[in-house]
Amino acid sequence: MLGIDDPLIWGVYILCILSMILCVVYGLINWNRGEEAEVQEIAEEEAWEEEEEKMQSEELGL
Amino acid sequence: MDLMILNLVILVYLLATLYLGYRGWKATKDSEGYMVAGRKTHPYIMAMSYGATFISTSAIVGFGGTAAKFGMGLLWLTFLNIFVGIFIAFVIYGKATRKMGHNLNAMTFPELLGRRFESRFIQVASGLVIFLGMPLYASVVLIGAARFLETTLAINFDLALLVYSVIIAAYVIWGGLRGVMYTDAMQGTIMFLGMAVLLFETYSRLGGVTLAHQALTNMAPLVPADLAAMGHTGWTSMPVLGSPWWWTLVSTIVLGVGIGVLAMPQLVVRFMTVKSNRELNRGVLVGGIFILMMTGVAFAVGALSNVFFLNTRGMIATAVESNVDSIIPVYINATMPEWFIYVFMLTLLAAAMSTSSSQFHTQGTAIGRDIYETLTGQKGGRSILLTRIGVSTAVIMAVILGYYLPGNVIARGTAVFFGLCAAAFLPMYTLGLFWRRTTRAGASAGLIGGTLVTVFMYLFVHKAESAPLGIAKMVLGRDVLITQMPWPVVDPMLIALPISLVLTVLVSLITRPPPERHLDLCFRGMKKG
Repeated sequence: MLGIDDPLIWGVYILCILSMILCVVYGLINWNRGEEAEVQEIAEEEAWEEEEEKMQSEELGL
Repeated sequence: MDLMILNLVILVYLLATLYLGYRGWKATKDSEGYMVAGRKTHPYIMAMSYGATFISTSAIVGFGGTAAKFGMGLLWLTFLNIFVGIFIAFVIYGKATRKMGHNLNAMTFPELLGRRFESRFIQVASGLVIFLGMPLYASVVLIGAARFLETTLAINFDLALLVYSVIIAAYVIWGGLRGVMYTDAMQGTIMFLGMAVLLFETYSRLGGVTLAHQALTNMAPLVPADLAAMGHTGWTSMPVLGSPWWWTLVSTIVLGVGIGVLAMPQLVVRFMTVKSNRELNRGVLVGGIFILMMTGVAFAVGALSNVFFLNTRGMIATAVESNVDSIIPVYINATMPEWFIYVFMLTLLAAAMSTSSSQFHTQGTAIGRDIYETLTGQKGGRSILLTRIGVSTAVIMAVILGYYLPGNVIARGTAVFFGLCAAAFLPMYTLGLFWRRTTRAGASAGLIGGTLVTVFMYLFVHKAESAPLGIAKMVLGRDVLITQMPWPVVDPMLIALPISLVLTVLVSLITRPPPERHLDLCFRGMKKG
Protein backbone atom coordinates (compact mmCIF):
# COMPACT_ATOMS: atom_id res chain seq x y z
CA MET A 1 0.00 0.00 0.00
CA LEU A 2 1.26 3.49 -0.91
CA GLY A 3 4.45 1.87 -2.15
CA ILE A 4 5.24 0.62 1.37
CA ASP A 5 5.22 -3.09 2.21
CA ASP A 6 5.39 -3.04 6.01
CA PRO A 7 1.86 -2.61 7.44
CA LEU A 8 3.37 -0.98 10.55
CA ILE A 9 4.65 1.84 8.36
CA TRP A 10 1.80 2.43 5.92
CA GLY A 11 -0.51 1.91 8.89
CA VAL A 12 1.09 4.71 10.88
CA TYR A 13 1.20 6.91 7.77
CA ILE A 14 -2.59 6.65 7.64
CA LEU A 15 -2.92 6.81 11.44
CA CYS A 16 -1.17 10.21 11.42
CA ILE A 17 -3.69 11.55 8.95
CA LEU A 18 -6.60 10.03 10.87
CA SER A 19 -5.46 11.54 14.15
CA MET A 20 -5.20 14.91 12.43
CA ILE A 21 -8.78 14.46 11.23
CA LEU A 22 -9.82 13.55 14.79
CA CYS A 23 -8.36 16.86 15.97
CA VAL A 24 -10.17 18.77 13.23
CA VAL A 25 -13.52 17.12 13.94
CA TYR A 26 -13.15 17.64 17.70
CA GLY A 27 -12.28 21.28 17.14
CA LEU A 28 -15.25 21.84 14.85
CA ILE A 29 -17.77 20.13 17.13
CA ASN A 30 -16.58 22.04 20.19
CA TRP A 31 -15.85 25.29 18.36
CA ASN A 32 -18.07 27.41 20.58
CA ARG A 33 -18.06 25.36 23.76
CA GLY A 34 -16.19 26.09 26.93
CA GLU A 35 -16.28 29.86 27.04
CA GLU A 36 -16.85 30.61 30.70
CA ALA A 37 -18.47 33.77 31.84
CA GLU A 38 -18.48 33.08 35.57
CA VAL A 39 -17.90 36.25 37.50
CA GLN A 40 -15.59 34.52 39.94
CA GLU A 41 -13.44 33.12 37.17
CA ILE A 42 -13.11 36.48 35.45
CA ALA A 43 -12.02 38.12 38.71
CA GLU A 44 -9.56 35.30 39.24
CA GLU A 45 -8.11 35.73 35.80
CA GLU A 46 -7.82 39.43 36.20
CA ALA A 47 -5.84 39.09 39.42
CA TRP A 48 -3.73 36.40 37.84
CA GLU A 49 -2.96 38.43 34.74
CA GLU A 50 -2.14 41.48 36.80
CA GLU A 51 0.40 39.59 38.83
CA GLU A 52 1.81 37.96 35.72
CA GLU A 53 2.06 41.34 34.05
CA LYS A 54 3.75 42.84 37.09
CA MET A 55 6.17 39.96 37.43
CA GLN A 56 7.16 40.09 33.79
CA SER A 57 7.60 43.82 33.65
CA GLU A 58 9.68 43.70 36.82
CA GLU A 59 11.77 40.92 35.43
CA LEU A 60 12.37 42.73 32.21
CA GLY A 61 12.89 46.00 33.98
CA LEU A 62 10.33 47.72 31.75
CA MET B 1 24.71 32.74 -2.05
CA ASP B 2 22.87 35.72 -3.48
CA LEU B 3 23.36 38.60 -1.05
CA MET B 4 20.75 40.77 -2.73
CA ILE B 5 17.97 38.21 -2.31
CA LEU B 6 19.16 37.33 1.19
CA ASN B 7 19.07 40.94 2.33
CA LEU B 8 15.68 41.53 0.76
CA VAL B 9 14.20 38.49 2.45
CA ILE B 10 15.69 39.47 5.81
CA LEU B 11 14.40 43.03 5.45
CA VAL B 12 10.85 42.02 4.57
CA TYR B 13 10.87 39.47 7.35
CA LEU B 14 12.14 41.89 9.98
CA LEU B 15 9.66 44.58 8.96
CA ALA B 16 6.79 42.12 9.19
CA THR B 17 8.01 40.91 12.59
CA LEU B 18 8.35 44.44 13.90
CA TYR B 19 4.92 45.41 12.62
CA LEU B 20 3.23 42.37 14.14
CA GLY B 21 5.15 42.73 17.39
CA TYR B 22 3.99 46.33 17.58
CA ARG B 23 0.41 45.36 16.83
CA GLY B 24 0.44 42.67 19.50
CA TRP B 25 1.96 45.03 22.03
CA LYS B 26 -0.55 47.76 21.19
CA ALA B 27 -3.49 45.38 21.35
CA THR B 28 -2.64 44.41 24.91
CA LYS B 29 -1.79 47.94 26.04
CA ASP B 30 -4.84 49.70 24.65
CA SER B 31 -7.50 47.44 26.02
CA GLU B 32 -8.86 47.53 29.54
CA GLY B 33 -6.45 45.14 31.09
CA TYR B 34 -4.62 42.23 29.67
CA MET B 35 -7.50 39.83 30.06
CA VAL B 36 -9.84 41.43 27.55
CA ALA B 37 -7.20 41.40 24.88
CA GLY B 38 -6.54 37.83 25.81
CA ARG B 39 -10.16 36.90 25.41
CA LYS B 40 -10.11 38.37 21.95
CA THR B 41 -6.99 36.41 21.01
CA HIS B 42 -7.86 34.34 18.00
CA PRO B 43 -7.55 30.61 18.68
CA TYR B 44 -5.49 30.36 15.49
CA ILE B 45 -2.91 32.61 17.08
CA MET B 46 -3.00 30.75 20.38
CA ALA B 47 -2.56 27.33 18.81
CA MET B 48 0.13 28.54 16.41
CA SER B 49 2.03 30.02 19.30
CA TYR B 50 1.81 26.73 21.20
CA GLY B 51 2.93 24.95 18.06
CA ALA B 52 5.83 27.32 17.51
CA THR B 53 7.03 26.67 21.07
CA PHE B 54 6.53 22.92 20.76
CA ILE B 55 8.17 22.59 17.34
CA SER B 56 11.67 23.94 16.99
CA THR B 57 14.73 23.30 14.90
CA SER B 58 15.10 20.17 17.00
CA ALA B 59 11.98 18.59 15.54
CA ILE B 60 12.57 19.64 11.94
CA VAL B 61 16.35 19.57 11.59
CA GLY B 62 17.30 17.05 14.28
CA PHE B 63 14.48 14.52 14.01
CA GLY B 64 14.10 15.07 10.25
CA GLY B 65 17.75 14.06 9.90
CA THR B 66 17.16 11.12 12.20
CA ALA B 67 14.36 10.00 9.85
CA ALA B 68 16.88 10.06 6.99
CA LYS B 69 18.85 7.50 8.98
CA PHE B 70 16.07 5.42 10.61
CA GLY B 71 13.39 5.78 7.94
CA MET B 72 9.66 6.24 8.18
CA GLY B 73 9.30 4.39 11.48
CA LEU B 74 9.69 7.85 12.98
CA LEU B 75 6.15 8.57 11.85
CA TRP B 76 5.08 6.78 15.04
CA LEU B 77 6.44 9.82 16.81
CA THR B 78 4.32 12.08 14.60
CA PHE B 79 1.30 10.02 15.56
CA LEU B 80 2.10 10.49 19.27
CA ASN B 81 2.87 14.19 18.68
CA ILE B 82 -0.64 14.68 17.35
CA PHE B 83 -2.59 12.26 19.51
CA VAL B 84 -0.74 12.76 22.81
CA GLY B 85 0.99 16.12 22.29
CA ILE B 86 -2.10 17.87 20.96
CA PHE B 87 -5.28 15.89 21.55
CA ILE B 88 -4.68 14.43 25.01
CA ALA B 89 -2.53 17.40 26.08
CA PHE B 90 -5.16 20.01 25.18
CA VAL B 91 -8.38 18.16 25.91
CA ILE B 92 -7.46 16.28 29.08
CA TYR B 93 -4.38 17.90 30.61
CA GLY B 94 -4.89 21.40 29.26
CA LYS B 95 -8.33 21.97 30.71
CA ALA B 96 -7.48 20.52 34.12
CA THR B 97 -4.17 22.38 34.29
CA ARG B 98 -5.80 25.65 33.38
CA LYS B 99 -8.41 25.29 36.08
CA MET B 100 -6.08 24.14 38.84
CA GLY B 101 -3.46 26.71 37.85
CA HIS B 102 -6.05 29.43 38.36
CA ASN B 103 -7.39 27.95 41.58
CA LEU B 104 -3.90 27.89 43.07
CA ASN B 105 -2.71 31.10 41.42
CA ALA B 106 0.36 29.31 40.05
CA MET B 107 2.76 31.01 37.64
CA THR B 108 5.24 28.27 36.89
CA PHE B 109 5.05 24.52 36.53
CA PRO B 110 7.02 23.80 39.73
CA GLU B 111 4.77 26.28 41.53
CA LEU B 112 1.67 24.43 40.34
CA LEU B 113 3.10 21.17 41.67
CA GLY B 114 4.38 22.78 44.87
CA ARG B 115 1.01 24.36 45.69
CA ARG B 116 -1.03 21.31 44.77
CA PHE B 117 0.98 19.26 47.25
CA GLU B 118 1.65 22.11 49.68
CA SER B 119 5.32 21.32 49.49
CA ARG B 120 8.24 23.70 49.20
CA PHE B 121 10.49 20.72 48.64
CA ILE B 122 8.57 19.71 45.51
CA GLN B 123 8.73 23.22 44.09
CA VAL B 124 12.44 23.64 44.79
CA ALA B 125 13.41 20.16 43.62
CA SER B 126 11.35 20.51 40.42
CA GLY B 127 12.99 23.88 39.79
CA LEU B 128 16.40 22.24 40.23
CA VAL B 129 15.60 19.38 37.86
CA ILE B 130 14.51 21.91 35.23
CA PHE B 131 17.45 24.24 35.75
CA LEU B 132 20.00 21.44 35.58
CA GLY B 133 18.32 19.31 32.90
CA MET B 134 17.09 21.87 30.43
CA PRO B 135 20.44 23.29 29.23
CA LEU B 136 20.93 20.12 27.18
CA TYR B 137 17.63 20.62 25.35
CA ALA B 138 18.21 24.36 25.00
CA SER B 139 21.63 23.61 23.59
CA VAL B 140 20.46 21.20 20.90
CA VAL B 141 17.88 23.75 19.73
CA LEU B 142 20.75 26.24 19.33
CA ILE B 143 22.76 23.62 17.47
CA GLY B 144 19.86 22.99 15.07
CA ALA B 145 19.70 26.67 14.17
CA ALA B 146 23.48 26.94 13.85
CA ARG B 147 23.66 23.89 11.56
CA PHE B 148 21.21 25.53 9.18
CA LEU B 149 23.18 28.79 9.22
CA GLU B 150 26.38 26.85 8.67
CA THR B 151 25.05 25.09 5.57
CA THR B 152 23.08 27.95 4.04
CA LEU B 153 25.55 30.77 4.55
CA ALA B 154 28.56 28.48 4.20
CA ILE B 155 30.07 29.77 7.43
CA ASN B 156 31.92 27.96 10.19
CA PHE B 157 29.68 26.15 12.72
CA ASP B 158 31.35 27.76 15.75
CA LEU B 159 30.82 31.19 14.25
CA ALA B 160 27.20 30.36 13.38
CA LEU B 161 26.58 29.22 16.96
CA LEU B 162 28.11 32.39 18.37
CA VAL B 163 26.17 34.70 16.05
CA TYR B 164 22.93 32.94 16.75
CA SER B 165 23.53 32.92 20.52
CA VAL B 166 24.20 36.66 20.57
CA ILE B 167 20.95 37.25 18.68
CA ILE B 168 19.01 34.98 21.00
CA ALA B 169 20.48 36.53 24.15
CA ALA B 170 19.51 39.98 22.91
CA TYR B 171 16.07 38.70 22.01
CA VAL B 172 15.43 37.14 25.42
CA ILE B 173 16.77 40.10 27.36
CA TRP B 174 15.15 42.67 25.09
CA GLY B 175 11.72 41.27 25.75
CA GLY B 176 11.00 38.11 23.85
CA LEU B 177 9.33 36.76 26.98
CA ARG B 178 6.06 38.59 26.62
CA GLY B 179 4.74 35.76 24.52
CA VAL B 180 4.82 37.70 21.28
CA MET B 181 1.86 35.77 20.03
CA TYR B 182 1.44 37.60 16.76
CA THR B 183 5.01 37.01 15.65
CA ASP B 184 4.75 33.42 16.82
CA ALA B 185 1.70 33.03 14.63
CA MET B 186 3.49 34.54 11.65
CA GLN B 187 6.46 32.23 12.20
CA GLY B 188 4.04 29.34 12.43
CA THR B 189 2.31 30.35 9.23
CA ILE B 190 5.56 30.63 7.30
CA MET B 191 6.70 27.31 8.73
CA PHE B 192 3.41 25.80 7.63
CA LEU B 193 3.70 27.14 4.09
CA GLY B 194 7.39 26.24 3.94
CA MET B 195 6.75 22.65 4.98
CA ALA B 196 3.84 22.42 2.51
CA VAL B 197 6.12 23.53 -0.33
CA LEU B 198 8.79 21.11 0.87
CA LEU B 199 6.32 18.22 0.92
CA PHE B 200 4.89 19.04 -2.49
CA GLU B 201 8.30 19.56 -4.08
CA THR B 202 9.68 16.33 -2.65
CA TYR B 203 6.81 14.13 -3.81
CA SER B 204 6.54 15.76 -7.23
CA ARG B 205 10.28 15.45 -7.86
CA LEU B 206 10.13 11.77 -7.00
CA GLY B 207 7.13 11.02 -9.20
CA GLY B 208 4.24 11.13 -6.70
CA VAL B 209 3.45 9.57 -3.33
CA THR B 210 3.34 5.89 -4.26
CA LEU B 211 6.27 6.00 -6.66
CA ALA B 212 8.40 7.92 -4.19
CA HIS B 213 7.66 5.44 -1.41
CA GLN B 214 8.23 2.51 -3.78
CA ALA B 215 11.64 3.90 -4.73
CA LEU B 216 12.51 4.20 -1.04
CA THR B 217 11.22 0.66 -0.37
CA ASN B 218 13.42 -0.61 -3.20
CA MET B 219 16.47 0.90 -1.52
CA ALA B 220 16.38 -1.58 1.37
CA PRO B 221 19.42 -3.53 0.05
CA LEU B 222 21.46 -0.32 0.30
CA VAL B 223 21.28 -0.23 4.11
CA PRO B 224 24.91 -0.10 5.29
CA ALA B 225 26.11 -3.39 6.75
CA ASP B 226 26.83 -1.98 10.20
CA LEU B 227 23.28 -0.60 10.49
CA ALA B 228 21.76 -3.80 9.11
CA ALA B 229 23.62 -5.70 11.81
CA MET B 230 21.91 -3.54 14.41
CA GLY B 231 18.47 -4.28 12.99
CA HIS B 232 17.94 -1.70 10.23
CA THR B 233 15.80 -3.35 7.53
CA GLY B 234 15.18 -0.43 5.19
CA TRP B 235 13.57 3.00 5.25
CA THR B 236 9.96 1.90 4.84
CA SER B 237 9.94 -0.96 7.32
CA MET B 238 10.28 -1.28 11.07
CA PRO B 239 13.62 -2.49 12.45
CA VAL B 240 13.96 -6.13 13.53
CA LEU B 241 11.85 -6.57 16.66
CA GLY B 242 14.02 -6.43 19.78
CA SER B 243 17.18 -5.33 17.94
CA PRO B 244 19.23 -2.39 19.25
CA TRP B 245 17.88 -0.27 16.37
CA TRP B 246 14.30 -1.18 17.31
CA TRP B 247 14.80 -0.31 20.98
CA THR B 248 16.34 3.04 20.11
CA LEU B 249 13.55 3.91 17.69
CA VAL B 250 10.66 2.70 19.84
CA SER B 251 11.79 3.39 23.39
CA THR B 252 13.94 6.51 23.02
CA ILE B 253 12.67 8.35 19.98
CA VAL B 254 9.01 7.45 19.79
CA LEU B 255 7.96 6.84 23.40
CA GLY B 256 10.51 9.06 25.15
CA VAL B 257 9.70 12.16 23.17
CA GLY B 258 6.10 11.30 22.39
CA ILE B 259 5.05 10.92 26.02
CA GLY B 260 7.53 13.31 27.60
CA VAL B 261 5.82 16.25 25.90
CA LEU B 262 2.99 16.07 28.44
CA ALA B 263 5.29 17.14 31.25
CA MET B 264 7.34 19.82 29.48
CA PRO B 265 7.39 22.78 31.87
CA GLN B 266 7.41 25.45 29.13
CA LEU B 267 4.38 23.90 27.44
CA VAL B 268 2.41 23.27 30.64
CA VAL B 269 2.75 26.97 31.43
CA ARG B 270 0.95 27.73 28.16
CA PHE B 271 -2.17 26.00 29.44
CA MET B 272 -2.16 28.20 32.52
CA THR B 273 -2.16 31.33 30.36
CA VAL B 274 -5.01 30.18 28.11
CA LYS B 275 -8.15 32.22 28.60
CA SER B 276 -10.85 29.59 28.38
CA ASN B 277 -11.54 26.02 27.41
CA ARG B 278 -12.95 27.29 24.15
CA GLU B 279 -9.47 28.34 23.05
CA LEU B 280 -8.21 24.87 23.89
CA ASN B 281 -11.04 23.24 21.91
CA ARG B 282 -10.31 25.36 18.88
CA GLY B 283 -6.57 24.97 19.37
CA VAL B 284 -6.94 21.20 18.94
CA LEU B 285 -8.06 21.75 15.36
CA VAL B 286 -5.27 24.13 14.44
CA GLY B 287 -2.65 22.21 16.43
CA GLY B 288 -3.51 18.84 14.88
CA ILE B 289 -3.03 20.15 11.35
CA PHE B 290 0.05 22.15 12.29
CA ILE B 291 1.90 19.28 13.95
CA LEU B 292 1.15 16.90 11.08
CA MET B 293 2.58 19.45 8.69
CA MET B 294 5.67 19.97 10.85
CA THR B 295 6.86 16.61 12.11
CA GLY B 296 4.92 14.48 9.64
CA VAL B 297 6.42 16.31 6.69
CA ALA B 298 9.90 16.55 8.25
CA PHE B 299 10.03 12.79 8.89
CA ALA B 300 8.56 11.74 5.55
CA VAL B 301 10.80 14.13 3.64
CA GLY B 302 13.82 13.20 5.77
CA ALA B 303 13.36 9.54 4.88
CA LEU B 304 12.67 10.34 1.21
CA SER B 305 15.82 12.46 0.96
CA ASN B 306 17.57 9.11 0.55
CA VAL B 307 15.85 8.64 -2.82
CA PHE B 308 16.77 12.15 -3.91
CA PHE B 309 20.42 11.73 -2.91
CA LEU B 310 20.54 8.31 -4.59
CA ASN B 311 19.13 9.74 -7.84
CA THR B 312 21.36 12.79 -7.90
CA ARG B 313 24.56 11.70 -6.17
CA GLY B 314 24.34 7.94 -6.21
CA MET B 315 24.44 7.50 -2.44
CA ILE B 316 22.21 7.42 0.64
CA ALA B 317 21.69 10.48 2.84
CA THR B 318 24.04 9.42 5.63
CA ALA B 319 26.77 8.85 3.04
CA VAL B 320 26.29 12.39 1.69
CA GLU B 321 26.36 13.84 5.19
CA SER B 322 27.46 11.68 8.10
CA ASN B 323 26.21 14.14 10.71
CA VAL B 324 22.43 13.56 10.72
CA ASP B 325 21.95 17.06 12.14
CA SER B 326 23.07 18.48 8.77
CA ILE B 327 21.04 16.28 6.41
CA ILE B 328 17.86 18.42 6.33
CA PRO B 329 19.83 21.66 5.78
CA VAL B 330 21.80 20.01 2.96
CA TYR B 331 18.65 18.56 1.41
CA ILE B 332 16.77 21.87 1.47
CA ASN B 333 19.75 23.69 0.03
CA ALA B 334 19.96 21.15 -2.76
CA THR B 335 16.29 21.08 -3.70
CA MET B 336 14.66 24.43 -3.03
CA PRO B 337 14.81 27.76 -4.89
CA GLU B 338 17.22 30.23 -3.37
CA TRP B 339 14.69 32.76 -2.07
CA PHE B 340 12.81 29.95 -0.38
CA ILE B 341 15.94 28.68 1.34
CA TYR B 342 16.43 32.10 2.93
CA VAL B 343 12.81 32.35 4.00
CA PHE B 344 13.03 28.87 5.43
CA MET B 345 16.27 29.69 7.23
CA LEU B 346 14.75 32.75 8.88
CA THR B 347 11.69 30.76 9.80
CA LEU B 348 13.75 28.04 11.40
CA LEU B 349 15.70 30.65 13.31
CA ALA B 350 12.48 32.26 14.43
CA ALA B 351 11.07 28.89 15.41
CA ALA B 352 14.21 28.21 17.42
CA MET B 353 13.89 31.62 19.04
CA SER B 354 10.34 31.08 20.24
CA THR B 355 11.40 27.76 21.72
CA SER B 356 14.73 29.01 23.11
CA SER B 357 13.27 32.09 24.75
CA SER B 358 10.65 30.04 26.58
CA GLN B 359 13.33 27.54 27.63
CA PHE B 360 15.60 30.23 29.02
CA HIS B 361 12.70 31.96 30.70
CA THR B 362 11.62 28.71 32.31
CA GLN B 363 15.13 28.13 33.63
CA GLY B 364 15.36 31.68 34.91
CA THR B 365 12.08 31.48 36.80
CA ALA B 366 13.12 28.08 38.15
CA ILE B 367 16.04 29.77 39.90
CA GLY B 368 14.38 33.04 40.86
CA ARG B 369 10.86 32.08 41.71
CA ASP B 370 10.85 28.36 42.37
CA ILE B 371 14.13 28.04 44.22
CA TYR B 372 15.07 31.41 45.71
CA GLU B 373 11.62 32.77 46.56
CA THR B 374 10.44 29.46 47.91
CA LEU B 375 13.48 28.91 50.11
CA THR B 376 13.72 32.43 51.47
CA GLY B 377 10.12 33.54 51.28
CA GLN B 378 11.33 36.83 49.84
CA LYS B 379 9.73 38.35 46.79
CA GLY B 380 10.69 41.20 44.52
CA GLY B 381 14.16 42.75 44.09
CA ARG B 382 16.58 39.95 44.70
CA SER B 383 14.43 37.26 43.19
CA ILE B 384 14.14 39.29 39.98
CA LEU B 385 17.89 39.77 39.93
CA LEU B 386 18.32 36.03 40.43
CA THR B 387 15.87 35.29 37.64
CA ARG B 388 17.96 37.47 35.34
CA ILE B 389 21.14 35.81 36.46
CA GLY B 390 19.38 32.48 35.95
CA VAL B 391 18.45 33.40 32.38
CA SER B 392 22.00 34.57 31.59
CA THR B 393 23.50 31.47 33.16
CA ALA B 394 21.13 29.29 31.15
CA VAL B 395 22.14 30.98 27.89
CA ILE B 396 25.84 30.63 28.69
CA MET B 397 25.46 26.99 29.72
CA ALA B 398 23.59 26.19 26.50
CA VAL B 399 26.20 27.91 24.33
CA ILE B 400 29.11 26.20 26.05
CA LEU B 401 27.38 22.84 25.69
CA GLY B 402 26.76 23.70 22.04
CA TYR B 403 30.51 23.89 21.47
CA TYR B 404 31.28 20.68 23.31
CA LEU B 405 28.47 18.40 22.17
CA PRO B 406 29.36 16.08 19.31
CA GLY B 407 27.48 15.71 16.00
CA ASN B 408 24.33 13.58 15.71
CA VAL B 409 23.19 14.95 19.03
CA ILE B 410 20.01 16.96 18.46
CA ALA B 411 17.46 14.16 18.57
CA ARG B 412 19.25 12.35 21.40
CA GLY B 413 19.63 15.46 23.54
CA THR B 414 15.97 16.26 23.10
CA ALA B 415 15.00 12.72 24.03
CA VAL B 416 17.09 12.83 27.23
CA PHE B 417 15.34 15.93 28.53
CA PHE B 418 11.86 14.75 27.51
CA GLY B 419 12.53 11.42 29.20
CA LEU B 420 13.76 13.10 32.37
CA CYS B 421 10.65 15.30 32.53
CA ALA B 422 8.39 12.32 31.95
CA ALA B 423 9.96 10.29 34.77
CA ALA B 424 10.30 13.15 37.24
CA PHE B 425 7.05 15.04 36.71
CA LEU B 426 4.48 13.10 34.72
CA PRO B 427 3.18 10.77 37.46
CA MET B 428 2.74 13.43 40.14
CA TYR B 429 1.45 15.95 37.61
CA THR B 430 -1.13 13.51 36.21
CA LEU B 431 -2.19 12.09 39.56
CA GLY B 432 -2.16 15.54 41.12
CA LEU B 433 -4.64 16.70 38.50
CA PHE B 434 -6.93 13.71 38.49
CA TRP B 435 -6.58 11.80 41.77
CA ARG B 436 -7.46 13.64 44.97
CA ARG B 437 -5.85 10.97 47.11
CA THR B 438 -2.32 11.78 45.86
CA THR B 439 -0.28 12.96 48.84
CA ARG B 440 2.75 15.15 49.31
CA ALA B 441 4.86 12.17 50.32
CA GLY B 442 3.69 10.19 47.31
CA ALA B 443 4.53 12.99 44.91
CA SER B 444 7.93 13.52 46.52
CA ALA B 445 8.71 9.82 46.33
CA GLY B 446 7.81 9.74 42.63
CA LEU B 447 9.85 12.85 41.88
CA ILE B 448 12.94 11.60 43.72
CA GLY B 449 12.61 8.03 42.46
CA GLY B 450 11.97 9.00 38.85
CA THR B 451 14.86 11.47 38.77
CA LEU B 452 17.38 9.20 40.47
CA VAL B 453 16.52 6.14 38.37
CA THR B 454 16.78 8.26 35.19
CA VAL B 455 20.16 9.67 36.16
CA PHE B 456 21.42 6.27 37.25
CA MET B 457 20.31 4.65 33.98
CA TYR B 458 21.99 7.34 31.89
CA LEU B 459 25.22 7.02 33.87
CA PHE B 460 25.40 3.25 34.16
CA VAL B 461 22.91 1.39 31.98
CA HIS B 462 21.96 3.15 28.73
CA LYS B 463 25.04 2.74 26.58
CA ALA B 464 24.48 5.69 24.22
CA GLU B 465 25.05 8.06 27.16
CA SER B 466 27.00 5.97 29.67
CA ALA B 467 29.83 5.20 27.22
CA PRO B 468 30.62 8.81 26.21
CA LEU B 469 30.11 10.08 29.79
CA GLY B 470 32.64 7.54 31.03
CA ILE B 471 31.54 7.44 34.67
CA ALA B 472 30.52 3.79 34.42
CA LYS B 473 33.92 2.98 32.97
CA MET B 474 35.61 4.76 35.86
CA VAL B 475 33.55 3.03 38.55
CA LEU B 476 32.84 -0.38 37.03
CA GLY B 477 35.64 -0.74 34.52
CA ARG B 478 33.14 -1.19 31.67
CA ASP B 479 30.69 0.98 29.73
CA VAL B 480 27.49 -0.49 31.13
CA LEU B 481 26.39 -2.23 34.31
CA ILE B 482 24.36 -4.92 32.52
CA THR B 483 25.84 -6.06 29.24
CA GLN B 484 23.04 -8.49 28.42
CA MET B 485 20.68 -7.32 25.66
CA PRO B 486 18.44 -5.42 25.56
CA TRP B 487 19.44 -3.47 28.70
CA PRO B 488 22.10 -1.24 27.11
CA VAL B 489 19.53 0.05 24.59
CA VAL B 490 16.35 0.27 26.67
CA ASP B 491 15.54 3.92 27.18
CA PRO B 492 15.77 5.02 30.83
CA MET B 493 12.29 6.51 30.69
CA LEU B 494 10.80 3.09 30.07
CA ILE B 495 12.08 1.97 33.48
CA ALA B 496 12.03 5.24 35.42
CA LEU B 497 8.48 6.32 34.54
CA PRO B 498 6.76 3.14 35.79
CA ILE B 499 8.91 3.16 38.95
CA SER B 500 8.02 6.78 39.58
CA LEU B 501 4.32 6.04 38.98
CA VAL B 502 4.27 3.04 41.31
CA LEU B 503 6.12 4.97 44.02
CA THR B 504 3.68 7.88 43.78
CA VAL B 505 0.63 5.64 44.05
CA LEU B 506 1.96 3.32 46.77
CA VAL B 507 3.35 6.02 49.02
CA SER B 508 0.16 8.05 48.57
CA LEU B 509 -1.93 5.10 49.68
CA ILE B 510 0.04 4.52 52.87
CA THR B 511 0.24 8.16 53.90
CA ARG B 512 -2.48 10.39 55.29
CA PRO B 513 -4.69 12.01 52.63
CA PRO B 514 -4.32 15.75 52.15
CA PRO B 515 -6.80 17.97 54.05
CA GLU B 516 -10.22 18.16 52.39
CA ARG B 517 -10.23 21.94 52.51
CA HIS B 518 -7.07 22.20 50.49
CA LEU B 519 -8.34 19.68 47.97
CA ASP B 520 -11.58 21.62 47.57
CA LEU B 521 -9.53 24.69 46.72
CA CYS B 522 -7.37 22.79 44.20
CA PHE B 523 -10.30 21.12 42.50
CA ARG B 524 -12.74 24.02 42.64
CA GLY B 525 -14.85 24.04 39.51
CA MET B 526 -13.43 20.70 38.37
CA LYS B 527 -15.22 17.38 38.24
CA LYS B 528 -14.62 15.29 41.35
CA GLY B 529 -11.56 13.24 40.59
